Amino acid sequence: MNVTTLFINALAGVCLVFALIKDRTKTKQALKMAVISFFRIFPTLLAIIIIIGLLSAFVPESQISKIVGKNAGFRGVLTVAFLGAILHIPSLISFPLAASLLEKGASITSVAVFITTLTMIGMVTLPLEIRILGKKLALLRNGLSFIIAIIIGLIMGAIL
Amino acid sequence: MKKMSKKQQKKGLVKDMLFLGITLAIAVVLLLMFPEKREPVISSSRGFFMEMILILPAVMILMGLFAVFVPNDVIVKYLGRSSGIKGIFLAILMGAFPTGPLYVAFPIAATLLKKGARISNIIAFLSAWACIKIPQELVELQFLGLKFMITRLLLTVVFVVIMGIAIEQIVLWSEKKNNKHEQTL
Repeated sequence: MNVTTLFINALAGVCLVFALIKDRTKTKQALKMAVISFFRIFPTLLAIIIIIGLLSAFVPESQISKIVGKNAGFRGVLTVAFLGAILHIPSLISFPLAASLLEKGASITSVAVFITTLTMIGMVTLPLEIRILGKKLALLRNGLSFIIAIIIGLIMGAIL
Repeated sequence: MKKMSKKQQKKGLVKDMLFLGITLAIAVVLLLMFPEKREPVISSSRGFFMEMILILPAVMILMGLFAVFVPNDVIVKYLGRSSGIKGIFLAILMGAFPTGPLYVAFPIAATLLKKGARISNIIAFLSAWACIKIPQELVELQFLGLKFMITRLLLTVVFVVIMGIAIEQIVLWSEKKNNKHEQTL
């Protein structure tokens, strides 16, 4: 177990104790939600874990770095930005995938861009967003998010 | 509304199981064809699985606690009346606390819009809800490290503020233009 794992579990433990002291029924409700969401995310988690395994054994590093590596250039960045925008992977699960890509030679820029567009832009939820918030706000938010995700990624690639 | 979301959830679960099934089938076929790849696939998958399974229950508990103890009307109460620089950072903080998918945040944003909250705050709130979740940052910390997580977090906050202000200006400008247009007609 590393420090981060310990920290996350300790944080959850402390919050849980405080919650129990504050309100027992609410805490029970929260725990029930936690169990449900755990099982809800589990199939996708397994699938992504399998994909990570296959990716690391079958796709050579040179191939990954050619598509999303340092030398892939701006076209590579645009590709991952677009992929992040259309894919519908729970963001929690995207981090191990991003880490495995990073290990295999993807650039920091493309990994950061991928995570940012994946979380900020929802093509699947866009129709709902348009209906509730109006076309102007929804399109502006998603469109500008695409651009700032690329800027964030480029800055991260430059300073890290 | 609740019934529909349950039905949608079921549909989502079926889709996820299908995705898992297809992935599993492809993995089995590939590993039967290339037995020498079994070892690297299994060891790599196992490593990531262990890392994830050690933190996922804790992350889910945190998300559950946030969802129950920070109800939506509290958010609306605080954001409806705040303004200025303080307002936009409060919006980001409010977006970062509660959990749930982005579509839960849309009705909250719509309520805020009706209540007269500033557009920049609403955009910041939505963006923070989408990508600055506290449990999510913890998983990012675990897999991508402190430097990556902090840098991306700070940059995201800065650009979300800029984006909120920019969208507000665009909307105000286009409304002004429309008004002028109507007056000349």
